[in-house]
Amino acid sequence: MTSRPSVALFATCINDTMFPGTAIATVRLLERLGCTVTFPEAQTCCGQMLTNTGYIAQAEPVVRTFVRAFEGADYVVGPSGSCVGSARHQHPMIASKVGDEGLRRASETLNQRVFELSEFLVDVLGVTDVGAWFPHRVTFHPTCHSIRVAGVGDRPQRLLREVGGIDLVDLPDADQCCGFGGTFSVKNPDVSVSMGSDKARSAVSTGAEYLVAGDNSCLMHIGGLLSRSKSPVTPIHLAEILASTREDPR
Amino acid sequence: MTRLTPAPDLPAFLGMPPFPEAAPAGLANATQRANLTHATRTIRTKRAVRASEVSNWDDLRTAGMQIRNRALRNLDQYLVQAEQAMTEAGVTVHWARDADEANRIVVDLVRAKQADEVIKIKSMVTQEIDLNEALEAAGVAAWETDLAELIVQLGHDRPSHILVPAIHRNRTEVRDIFRAEMGQWGRPAPDDLTDDPAVLAEAARLHLREKFLRAKVAISGGNFIVAETGTLVIVESEGNGRMCLTLPETLISVVGIEKIVPTFADLEVMLRLLPRSSTGERMNPYTSFITGVTSGDGPQERHVVLLDNGRTNVLADEVGRAALRCIRCSACLNVCPVYERVGGHAYGSVYPGPIGAILTPQLRGLDSPVDRALPFASSLCGACNDVCPVRIPISDILVHLRGKVVEHKTATHPTPESIAFAAVASTMASSRRLGLVQRGSELVGRALGLVGRRRLPRLPWPASLWLRDRDLAAPAKQTFRDWWRQRERGERP
Amino acid sequence: MSGSRARDEILARVRRSLGDVPAGDEVVVDWTYAQPTPLHSVLDTFEENILDYGASLSRVSPDDVGRAVAAALRGMGAGSVVIPADLPAGWLQGWDDLPVVVDSGDLSARDLDAIDAVVTGSLVSGAETGTICLDHGAGQGRRAISLVPDRHVCVVTARSVVSDIPEAVAVLEASVRQGRPVTWISGGSATSDIELSRVEGVHGPRQLHVVLVV
Repeated sequence: MTSRPSVALFATCINDTMFPGTAIATVRLLERLGCTVTFPEAQTCCGQMLTNTGYIAQAEPVVRTFVRAFEGADYVVGPSGSCVGSARHQHPMIASKVGDEGLRRASETLNQRVFELSEFLVDVLGVTDVGAWFPHRVTFHPTCHSIRVAGVGDRPQRLLREVGGIDLVDLPDADQCCGFGGTFSVKNPDVSVSMGSDKARSAVSTGAEYLVAGDNSCLMHIGGLLSRSKSPVTPIHLAEILASTREDPR
Repeated sequence: MTRLTPAPDLPAFLGMPPFPEAAPAGLANATQRANLTHATRTIRTKRAVRASEVSNWDDLRTAGMQIRNRALRNLDQYLVQAEQAMTEAGVTVHWARDADEANRIVVDLVRAKQADEVIKIKSMVTQEIDLNEALEAAGVAAWETDLAELIVQLGHDRPSHILVPAIHRNRTEVRDIFRAEMGQWGRPAPDDLTDDPAVLAEAARLHLREKFLRAKVAISGGNFIVAETGTLVIVESEGNGRMCLTLPETLISVVGIEKIVPTFADLEVMLRLLPRSSTGERMNPYTSFITGVTSGDGPQERHVVLLDNGRTNVLADEVGRAALRCIRCSACLNVCPVYERVGGHAYGSVYPGPIGAILTPQLRGLDSPVDRALPFASSLCGACNDVCPVRIPISDILVHLRGKVVEHKTATHPTPESIAFAAVASTMASSRRLGLVQRGSELVGRALGLVGRRRLPRLPWPASLWLRDRDLAAPAKQTFRDWWRQRERGERP
Repeated sequence: MSGSRARDEILARVRRSLGDVPAGDEVVVDWTYAQPTPLHSVLDTFEENILDYGASLSRVSPDDVGRAVAAALRGMGAGSVVIPADLPAGWLQGWDDLPVVVDSGDLSARDLDAIDAVVTGSLVSGAETGTICLDHGAGQGRRAISLVPDRHVCVVTARSVVSDIPEAVAVLEASVRQGRPVTWISGGSATSDIELSRVEGVHGPRQLHVVLVV
């Protein structure tokens, strides 16, 4: 990358409202790596909460808002495998379902420029060492939608391995779902909590100070269980570790 | 009424509560949890190894998907072709629109042979139609001969897995069931029965052998029917299938209309996918291919009952029809974190797990709360999609069916949930409204003293569903949107 | 007749359900059929996989088949054996002292249950999965004789072993088109129904010995 890539930040509604620190960290990280970051204020959400609860027709205006907000962007980057995965995988499907061919085409065209944060860093900027410093013991949960919908592969681990001072330890049964599942967490709370408790136990068993993931929705669920059981593991988003430096530590 | 077999009295799954209410019992059953964790972990590791041995596994899965799609998209022609091939080879073909019709056909055929008992090969479809119950009502004892089905039947129990119906039982439980029950229904278990699986298998061999040797009628399902040759394919492990397919005079096979593959050559794909996905073996011990009636070898009278029972409803759904590709391998159950914890019974259907959650509500429709709950019995983690040998997009179909459930529930009047989600949709369609809601909830939060707290206190429903077991971070003091605006105005870097 | 009404109705439902599918829709299957699977050695792979199933195997020259079969029967502890009427002469030698029952098709299941072992040939085998395929034609006998006795000695000629299932299916197609039953055997009978723990030997022959003629 020679010129300064222009990135439109897709903050996601959950980060915007509940975890602004993650979106701020994403801005700082991308700017540090030489990107020009904008925040198209017309953006709202990927609509996944509606779609995955069965309100598919109701998600269509949200898809339209997403496409309009980001249409002019060179790159759209979001710190969430789940929300990015939803845009790429579900938006064209929703447009087809409501019979809007134009929206489907627009969505598919836009989606070629929509990246999850670790994908953008590794594939577009071509970096794995982002100059981060985080001298803590950390364990990584890959999150289902990052792996299986967005398809980020091992990019987050490649980025984490290059972080200065980090002690990255394997999470047992890392590929197992944490049980969040959007409204699954309240429609089937017993199963959701059972799955999340196993994940929380795995995290505690590593002796890590931080449980890192690329999705704050999963971390909100696992973190809620860790907090309730007064466990010493703190959930943290990947962007916040990558944004942390020796000069400006988190 | 004196019972002919140890199966439970009620038709399967009648009166079951919906999944969210049935799940806690499964979660709380520590023995079942331990049995399932052990079994599913074992089998999914084996599956992964066997799949990785095939260099072009993903191409094979694509071919499997395409072969099943080809069959389904031309199903009427292939059914007629299969019927003709079977008829010419000496098989009597029957058609059944629903469970009752299939059961009537089978009962009449068994009565015509003046048999008071039948031996059965493990078959999902005969469970689906409650055939054993129909036979028993007609005075015919139906003996399950698959080891796991025998454990379930002798245990007055219900199957909880497609492939290993007694997966919820451990060896000690099996020993106790055999000791208590075998003697009441045939040859008793040996006095020195232990809980060694080999010893238990030997007891099953001895118990069932007399039934194999005397039976006049056998009943099977079918893994595949080849349209061009009319060949019925039965995949098994123990040899009980071969016994049923070979020794009795009459063989009645009940087969779903979706089980067709177009050509015999297609089996090279299906029969490499199935055992590796299912039991995690390179090949299952025995596969039988029966084409018509062979003089002097095997049953001299054969019937095939082609069953609809809701399958054409599934076929009519352009998204949902992919579920009919299923070859009943159960790989999706074995990787499912929900199934692993809750077990099969909570799904209220003979088809549990991810495939059950998409197949059952399509086969039975959405009129009962049990069936409406099934598409939501998943965290949408997607592990099932990756292992499906015929690439059924299970997560996408779950989401599609959730949409149909919402349509069904809101067809006449809105529900509290639909009103709430209409508000969410309206908020999320416009950044201005989202901003207002963020501002509004911040004000409410401040008024309630929530903002700035480390975590939220007790709150009413629906927040209580979350907060019963989990904390929730309190809303941030400033949204990202506000932070950005402030930065843009140069107020703070 | 109600049967034909059900048939017509189901076919009509199928056609209605497929209303969106263009007539004559042919889904392309991206697959080349009947291809060999590359293996370092077909016979070695076959042997490894047979052994992996817990079955046994001996490699012999054509002249030694009869002795190998008899040795296998003795090794399994068989006291009696049934053979198909057309088992090649010489495939059972040195067995004169004990009963050999030649199946003429009239042995009942109970008769067969009283016999310890069976010797048959086979049509084709797939190495990659260790699968032996019988079409119950020449030298293989009807299905019941290779099922009810508890020990099965199966003669497999080296030239009948192909790499994998696709080639085997191609060979078997002719048998199926003649209406012959086909049985695939991959090791002895087995179950994993109790705690997914594999147990070799349930209802089918609990012991399988393969005599591989090279």
